[in-house]
Amino acid sequence: MIRLLLALLSSATLYPHAVFAQAIDYARSQITVLSRQMNVPVEAPFKKFTAQVTFDANKPEASSARVEIELNSFDIGDAETNDNVKDKNWFDTKTYPIARFASSAIRSLGGGRFEVRGPLMLKGKTMDVAAPFSVKASGADRIFEGAFPIRRLQFNVGDGVWRDTSVVADEVQIKFSLYQVASKPAAAK
Amino acid sequence: MQDPTLGYTRTAIALHWIIFVTVLCGWALGQYMTGLPFSPQKLRYVSWHKWIGVSTFIFTVLRLAWRAYRPAPQLPSTMSPLQRRAAIAIHVLLYVLVIVVPISGWVFSSALGVPTVYLGLLQLPDLLHKDKAIAEALRQVHATLNWALLVLVCGHAAFALKHHFVDRDGILARMIPILQPRIR
Repeated sequence: MIRLLLALLSSATLYPHAVFAQAIDYARSQITVLSRQMNVPVEAPFKKFTAQVTFDANKPEASSARVEIELNSFDIGDAETNDNVKDKNWFDTKTYPIARFASSAIRSLGGGRFEVRGPLMLKGKTMDVAAPFSVKASGADRIFEGAFPIRRLQFNVGDGVWRDTSVVADEVQIKFSLYQVASKPAAAK
Repeated sequence: MQDPTLGYTRTAIALHWIIFVTVLCGWALGQYMTGLPFSPQKLRYVSWHKWIGVSTFIFTVLRLAWRAYRPAPQLPSTMSPLQRRAAIAIHVLLYVLVIVVPISGWVFSSALGVPTVYLGLLQLPDLLHKDKAIAEALRQVHATLNWALLVLVCGHAAFALKHHFVDRDGILARMIPILQPRIR
């Protein structure tokens, strides 16, 4: 009981304006990976993820975001490739089913653009990443849209024979578009 | 300048054999790579296969333009009207296929969600959106057209050899200048 009270208190101090994050509409949100193989761009989505975003454009420093991605849900559009991507050399989804991002700081870049920074945990490695993003209004709803590069080899994604970056490039773009519905309690997918 | 009624120009001969080599390599590589397990080597071969296909298309367009500028020599007068019609039909179909087979591969790749980037430098526009069902249908179209191309190429070569060894009318030597025309 004391634990619960403490948890409630700490979340109240973390999110003084909105104790509950607003709901993300997953049907209208997406997180995709843009990779390049021999300079051929290939974009593919993660079909399952959860996100909690508490954002105030006037107080970006008080805003926060958390995202969890089910790596198993990566869909490049081809069954054989999907199976291989779950394998040890790639995501190794049996050992590392989830990738996590939690913001440590959000700041304004000016001109309606912002930047979120924080640790990204993927395949047992944690690296700080920074993603510029924009916020668009759609009625009372909001759309957070951005992209950031990661070096896949820093996370050992594409290990073994796949470390050869002349086929699959080291730099990979993670693109996100999160559609946040106005004032509804957060509900995970 | 060569007499157009006698033979092909050196340019036409060169384009014929360049296209033969690209079709042969593209066909064999396509057949080989599809059976490979998912690997960097496979992705590399798929890219090369696509480059070869685009090259075949480009050389064929050049060849057709050249053919319009310098028409092909006439068929020998010893051929019957039926043989002429058959020869023309095979040639037309071969041209159609060396144009359509690369296009079918390109749209198949588009439907898979994988663009074609010629030589890793020039990205072709995607003619279709990513769609699994359409991709599967186009895969079969691409494969079927390729088998048709194989049959036609073999037929074309077999008839060329028949002209050389049986009819001895010298038309194989028009495409292979080092060959001594076997004329009775």
